[in-house]
Amino acid sequence: MAITTAPADVAVVDDAAPQREFRRLPWVSFAVIAVLALVAVLAPLIATHSPTEQSLPDKLRPPAWQEGGSTKHLLGTDLLGRDVFSRLVYGARVSLTVAMFALLSGGLIGLAIGILAGYAGGRTDSALMRIVDATLTFPTILIALVLAVSLGAGLGTIVLAITVIIWARFARVVRGEVLTVKTRDFVALARVHGCSHVRIMAIHIVPNVLNTFMVLMTLHIGFVIIVEASLSFLGAGIPPPTPSWGQMVADGRSHIASAWWLSALPGAAIMLVVLSFNLFGDWLRDWLDPRLRQV
Amino acid sequence: MQRFILRRFFQSLVVLLVVAVVVFALARVTGNAADLLLPEDAGREDREHLLKALGLDRPMHEQLARFLKGALSGDLGMSIRYRKPAVEVFFERLPNTLTLVPIALLSAIVISIPLGLLAAVYRGTIIDRVSGAIAVLGIATPSFWLGIVLIYIFSIQLGWLPSARMGGPAHYILPTITLAAFLVAGMMRLVRSSVLEVLNSEFVKLARIKGLSQTVVIWKHCLRNALIPVVTLFGVFFALLVTGAIVTETVFAWPGVGRLTYEAVIFRDYPLLQAVILLKAMIVLGVNLAVDILYAYLDPRVRYS
Amino acid sequence: MLLDVKDLHAHLRTRWGTVKAVDGVSFSIEAGETLGLVGESGSGKTMTALSLLRLLPEPAGRIVNGQVLLDGEDLVAKSEREMRRIRGRRISMILQDPQTSLNPVFNVGNQIVEALRVHLGRRANGLWKRAEEALRRVKVAAPQERLRSFPHQMSGGMKQRVVGAIALASEPKLLIADEPTTALDVTIQLQYLMLLKDVQARMGLGMLFITHDFGIVARMCDRVAVMYAGRIVESGPVREIFKAPRHPYTAALMASVPRMEARVHRLPSIDGQPPALHRLPGGCRFAPRCSYVDERCRLEYPPAVAIGRSHAAACWKVAP
Ligand SMILES: Nc1ncnc2c1ncn2[C@@H]1O[C@H](COP(=O)(O)OP(=O)(O)O)[C@@H](O)[C@H]1O
Ligand code: SF4
Ligand SMILES: [Mg+2]
Repeated sequence: MAITTAPADVAVVDDAAPQREFRRLPWVSFAVIAVLALVAVLAPLIATHSPTEQSLPDKLRPPAWQEGGSTKHLLGTDLLGRDVFSRLVYGARVSLTVAMFALLSGGLIGLAIGILAGYAGGRTDSALMRIVDATLTFPTILIALVLAVSLGAGLGTIVLAITVIIWARFARVVRGEVLTVKTRDFVALARVHGCSHVRIMAIHIVPNVLNTFMVLMTLHIGFVIIVEASLSFLGAGIPPPTPSWGQMVADGRSHIASAWWLSALPGAAIMLVVLSFNLFGDWLRDWLDPRLRQV
Repeated sequence: MQRFILRRFFQSLVVLLVVAVVVFALARVTGNAADLLLPEDAGREDREHLLKALGLDRPMHEQLARFLKGALSGDLGMSIRYRKPAVEVFFERLPNTLTLVPIALLSAIVISIPLGLLAAVYRGTIIDRVSGAIAVLGIATPSFWLGIVLIYIFSIQLGWLPSARMGGPAHYILPTITLAAFLVAGMMRLVRSSVLEVLNSEFVKLARIKGLSQTVVIWKHCLRNALIPVVTLFGVFFALLVTGAIVTETVFAWPGVGRLTYEAVIFRDYPLLQAVILLKAMIVLGVNLAVDILYAYLDPRVRYS
Repeated sequence: MLLDVKDLHAHLRTRWGTVKAVDGVSFSIEAGETLGLVGESGSGKTMTALSLLRLLPEPAGRIVNGQVLLDGEDLVAKSEREMRRIRGRRISMILQDPQTSLNPVFNVGNQIVEALRVHLGRRANGLWKRAEEALRRVKVAAPQERLRSFPHQMSGGMKQRVVGAIALASEPKLLIADEPTTALDVTIQLQYLMLLKDVQARMGLGMLFITHDFGIVARMCDRVAVMYAGRIVESGPVREIFKAPRHPYTAALMASVPRMEARVHRLPSIDGQPPALHRLPGGCRFAPRCSYVDERCRLEYPPAVAIGRSHAAACWKVAP
C-alpha cells in the first residue's frame, strides 16, 4: 500500500496540513446508528403495540401502504396477529443488548488472552496462538449450537455462544499489537525501574492497545449482530416470544409467498444496521488506527 | 516437511479430542444428561434400561472413557428423532452436502480471485469501486435472508427457479449463489489487498526491470504470491463455508448435513447433534491438513524447512 | 553520450498532496563512466532512477516534463511496449534490498532464465547453461547447484549477487545500482562493490550509482551529482568535489561521512530534516538547515553556477 502511505523515512507529518484528507464521517451510517440506539432505548414509547400481544383476527395484515393494510399496523402483522413494527422496535433492543454483552465478554476475553500471549511471549505465546488458530479455522457455530441445546436458550447462553465465536479474532490482533508496544523504550524503562509485570501490563500495555481494541469492537458490532440473528434463525437464540430479528425472519420464511413483509423487513433491518456499523467502523479504523486495514 | 505435516496431524487430533470432551461435558454439566440423550416419550422401564446401557449411572471418568471408546469405533449414540445410529444418519445425508459445497466453493473462488485481481490491478477505477461496493454489501447481508430474498424474486415472483429441495441442475443455482456470496465478499477483498501488496513489492519491480510483459508479471509473479495469504486463510474460509451450509441448507430445505444440524438443534436431538459436530470437526480438520500440504507446495519457504 | 537526462520532472500524487520527487534534474553519463547520485534518504534518488526506466509507482507517479535520451532516443516519448524492449536489454537496475528483490516462490535459475529469455527470445536453447554463466560472472560459487536454490536458502550477499546476475544477464549498456550495498553486512559490502567495478570495467558499462554515502562515492565513481529535495545541487568530478565541495549541503554531507569500515546503517546526520517534498519552501530548499543562509536564499532559488569545466553548484554563495 505504498501508494497511500508515505515511506516512514520521510517527514510527512505536517501540522498545518491543509491537504491532509480525512475520510468524511459517514453521516448516513451515523444517523442510522443513532436512530437505532434511540429506538432501542425508547422502545416502549415508540412501539405502537405490545410486541407479544396476539390477536388472531388481525393476523397477516399487510403493511399500511398495501391494499388491505391500515395505519393501525404500520408494517402489518404476523401469523399470530402481532404488530410487526412493534416487534421490530423491541427486536432492536434485543439485538443491541445481545451484541453489547457478547462484544464485551468476547472482546475482553480476547483482549486478556492477546495481552497475555503477546506480553509473555515464548511458549505461552505459541501455545495460546495455536489455540487461537484452531478456533479461527473451526466452525465455532457448532459449539454455539451445542451450548444452546445443552444449556437451554437464553441471554446468558447466547452471549456465551457468541463469545466462543469471536474471542479468537480479538486475541490475534491484540497480541500483534502488544508485540510492537512491548519493544518500545518505555516498557524496557519500566522494567529497569523494577515495575512488576502486572503493573507494566496495566500501565503501559493496556492503554497502548486500547485504540486498537476500540476499533476492533466497533468493527465487530455488525458481525456479532449477524451471528446473533443467524443463531436465532437456527432456533438457538433468545427464545420466543421475545422478538428478535433473526427469529422473525425464520418465522416468516414459510409465508414468504403470501406475506413478504414478515421476513423481508427484519432482514432489511439487519442489513441496514450491519452496513451502518461496518461503514462507521471502517471510518473509525482509518481515523484511529489505519494499520488495522488488513484485519 | 514431513515433520511439519505430522505435527499438524497431531494438533488436529488434539483439537478433535477437545471438541469431543466439550460435547461430552456439556451434556452432563447441567445434570440432565438423561433428558438430553434419551427420547422424552421413553417409558420408565425403557428409560432405566437405556440409562444403564448408556452408562449414565457410572462415575464420570468411566462415562468419558466409554464415550471416547464408542466414538473411536464409530458409535456416537442413537438419534432420538430418527431412531437410528446418529453416525448412520449423518452419512446418509453427507453426499447431498458434498454436491453443493464444492460447487459453491469453486464458484466463490472462480469469481473472487479474478475480481480481486482486477480490482487491485485497476485500483481506483470503476471496477475497483463496484467490487468494493459488492463486498461491503455482501458482508452486511445475512445469508439466510439473502436466500429468502432470492427465493422470493426468482421462484415466487418470476417462477424461474425451484425454491427448495434437491433435483436437477436448476435446483443448485439459488443455494450455490447464497452459499458462495457468503465467501465471495471476504475472499475478493483479501485477494485484492494481497495482490496490491505484491504489486508494490520489490520483486515485481525487478520483474518489470527485466522487461517482462504485464501479463507475465501479473499471472506468474503476482498471482502465486498473492494466493499464499488466501491459502493460509483457507481454513477460515472453509469454517465459514461449513457455517454457511447450515444456514443455506436450512433455507432451501436441502437434505444435507447442514440441514441435519439445524434439525438436531430444533428437535433438541443431542445424540445426533454431537455426532454431527464430531464428524464435521473431523472433516474440517482433514481439509485443513490438506490445505497445509497445498500451502507447503505453493511456498518453498515452508517446503524446505 | 550514452545517457542524457534533461530537466526531468516526476511527480507522485499522494493523499498528502503532490510530491515533487524529481524536480528538474539534469545529468549525463558516458559509456564506461560511473556517475554517483548522492543524497539523504527521501531526496528523490530512487524516483529519478525509476523514471529512467519509466517504472514510477503506479498509478501515483508520472513524468511531467523533461527528456531521457538514451543513445539520443527520448525514452519519455516511448510507448510501454517499446520501453519493455529497452528494460533489461539496454538499461538494467539493481535494487536496494536483496531480501525482497527476488521472487520467493521461484528458484534462482528460473528467475535468471526468465531475464535471458527476454533478451534472446522464447525459443533460444541452452538458457540454463547461460544462466550458469551469468552466476559465474558475479562470482557465485557452485553456480550449477545454486540455480536450483530458492532465495530464502541464500545469504543476503549471495542474493544481491544473483540480482546482479539478473541485471547483467541481457548485457545492458547502462546499469543503475540503487544503494546496492546498503542492506548488506559491512564485511561483504566491499566485496560487492569491487565485483561491480570489475564487471563494469569488463563490460564497458555506463553506471548510475546511487548512494547516500560519500565514502562509497570515492571508491566507485568518476563524477558525482548531489541531490537534495528533488534537485541536483552540485555536480562535478569526484576528485574536485572531494577536494573542495562548493555547496554547503555537499560540505555538510561529506563532513558527516561515517567510516565505511566501522559503521552501522545510520544516515549521515545533518541537523534538521529535509523538507517535505509536497510542501517545498519557496527559495533554496536547504535554507532551513544552512549555516550560510541569508534573506535572498529564502526568497529565490539559486541558479546553477558553473565553477570548472564540468563542475557546477546551485547556491547563492558560490562565485564562479
Ligand atoms: N510509492 C510511493 N508513493 C508516494 N510517494 C513516494 C513513494 N515512494 C517514494 N515517495 C516519495 O518520493 C520521495 C523521494 O523518494 P525516493 O526517491 O525513494 O528517495 P531516495 O531514494 O532518495 O531515498 C520521498 O519524499 C517520498 O515521500
Ligand atoms: S543558497 Fe543560501 S541557503 Fe541555499 S545553500 Fe546556498 S547559502 Fe545555503
Ligand atoms: Mg532510495
